[in-house]
Amino acid sequence: MTSSAIEVAGLRKAFGDKIVLDGIDLDVPAGTIFSLLGPNGAGKTTTVNVLTTLMRADGGTARVAGHDVTAQAKAVRARIGVTGQFAAVDELLTGRENLQLMMDLNRAGSGRRTVAELLERFDLTGAAQKSVSTYSGGMRRKLDLAMTLIGDPRIIFLDEPTTGLDPRSRRTMWDIIRELVSGGVTIFLTTQYLEEADQLADRIAVLDQGRLVAQGTPGELKRQIPGTHVRLRFASATDLDAAARVFADSTRDDDGLTLRVPGDGGTTTLRALLDRLDENALRAEEFSVHTPDLDDVFLALTGHATEVDAK
Amino acid sequence: MTKSHAVVMLRRNLKHIARNPVSVFNAVLMPIVMMLMFVYVFGDAFNVGVDYIDYATPGLMLLAVCYGLGAVATSVNSDMTKGIINRFKVMDVSRGAVLTGHVVASVLTNVIAIAALTGVAFLLGFDPAASFTDWLGLAGMVLLLSVAAAWFTVALGLAAKSPETAGMAAVPLVMLPFFSSAIVPADLMGPGVRQFAEYQPFTPIIETLRGFLNGAPATGDLIAAVAWCAGIALVGYLWASSTFTKRA
Repeated sequence: MTSSAIEVAGLRKAFGDKIVLDGIDLDVPAGTIFSLLGPNGAGKTTTVNVLTTLMRADGGTARVAGHDVTAQAKAVRARIGVTGQFAAVDELLTGRENLQLMMDLNRAGSGRRTVAELLERFDLTGAAQKSVSTYSGGMRRKLDLAMTLIGDPRIIFLDEPTTGLDPRSRRTMWDIIRELVSGGVTIFLTTQYLEEADQLADRIAVLDQGRLVAQGTPGELKRQIPGTHVRLRFASATDLDAAARVFADSTRDDDGLTLRVPGDGGTTTLRALLDRLDENALRAEEFSVHTPDLDDVFLALTGHATEVDAK
Repeated sequence: MTKSHAVVMLRRNLKHIARNPVSVFNAVLMPIVMMLMFVYVFGDAFNVGVDYIDYATPGLMLLAVCYGLGAVATSVNSDMTKGIINRFKVMDVSRGAVLTGHVVASVLTNVIAIAALTGVAFLLGFDPAASFTDWLGLAGMVLLLSVAAAWFTVALGLAAKSPETAGMAAVPLVMLPFFSSAIVPADLMGPGVRQFAEYQPFTPIIETLRGFLNGAPATGDLIAAVAWCAGIALVGYLWASSTFTKRA
């Protein structure tokens, strides 16, 4: 057993003449959460499909739990669990039946969890006898993840596990994911949300049009992108000039007559900023506090916005 | 191992069918409704030379097979598009188990539908001249047809983009019996349609079923029917298997 749960080198995949993965290199240490961050169409799901043996790569190598995903697919499958982008649950069965189905299909092995335990843990006991078609989005995702846990996988792939969930269900999901990792499981998570990657991941890789444009800890990554800043819009170029002189570390945008002043968004910094405007008799037409999102990451790392090549 | 997986899959598919009243209605009751309609409403308008119920029953058996197919295509497709098949793949459930589960469930539905249909036909005065061996031959033909139609439909379902298009893709299969000698003899149809009816696969199949019920089918029809079914089953099987492997 190596200490790397997932090792990927030079992974390539194309559909027809559309290149989806253009040479991906990754290394995920066992027992950590790794997040692949990117917009729709970046190649996140394709990466997951290749790593989970559902799709064959055109080139490069990928080892999961020390086994080659192509040559030793069976060994890989025995060690992984996958929760796809859309809750892969059986709508016509009840929650309990869904879990029982997974139990029945699971190769006899060690450490089986019982259906009742999983229902309890995921707070689904009350709805266990109800048809899944009556479940909310959050409940489906929870059931999906519970189904994935049957068979005790050591490496779990979560493809956008919280897309489309309300904030509360999202937090519940995050808690569950953290709990899994504390039990020694390795998590490979894809997400479109910078906040999610930041909250959960030990390491983040940013995927853009099939290439990794950055990789590092959340801290390292955030140092590369513009932090929280205040955006001020002025009525005239003269005002903008004057303000740019007052705030030496700011970035100006002449077309929009806006000035971006770095700051943490806290009330003390904001008051100081407003005081300095007053001292210099400057009036801003508009004022907004901006926290970095996926768009900022992309703009900073690739020089283009997220939408450019999404489909 | 694969065997027990297949049983789990079949049980799942049968639960689905039992919990979906629309599919039960389409597969089992619809053919009976059609039978009542054809026999009572249209029957006297067609001159087929024999009692219409005796003429139409074998055709309606074929129709009963086809009516269940829309639901099969839809359910296979929703397994594929909702990621359930991917889940099974990652769990190392074999292609055979997943697909055979759908095929066997479809065949069982057909058998129930045809048994019910035949029962109603007898109530309506159906009076076949078939011996016990003829009935066995008929059952064999119906099973072969069910298996062929099921494999082909499973392939359609796997290949379709969405459950809706999968349901649509099965519609031609439901329509084809009408352009065969199932309901009226091909000779009574207009030019063009008549030639189509004479050469399409369902006509020899129906003539074979009819033959068994009347005593003995013509050898030519029987060979053509078996060949068509075997061919359709093989194409369906190969197509379904390759789509299953490729599509993620």
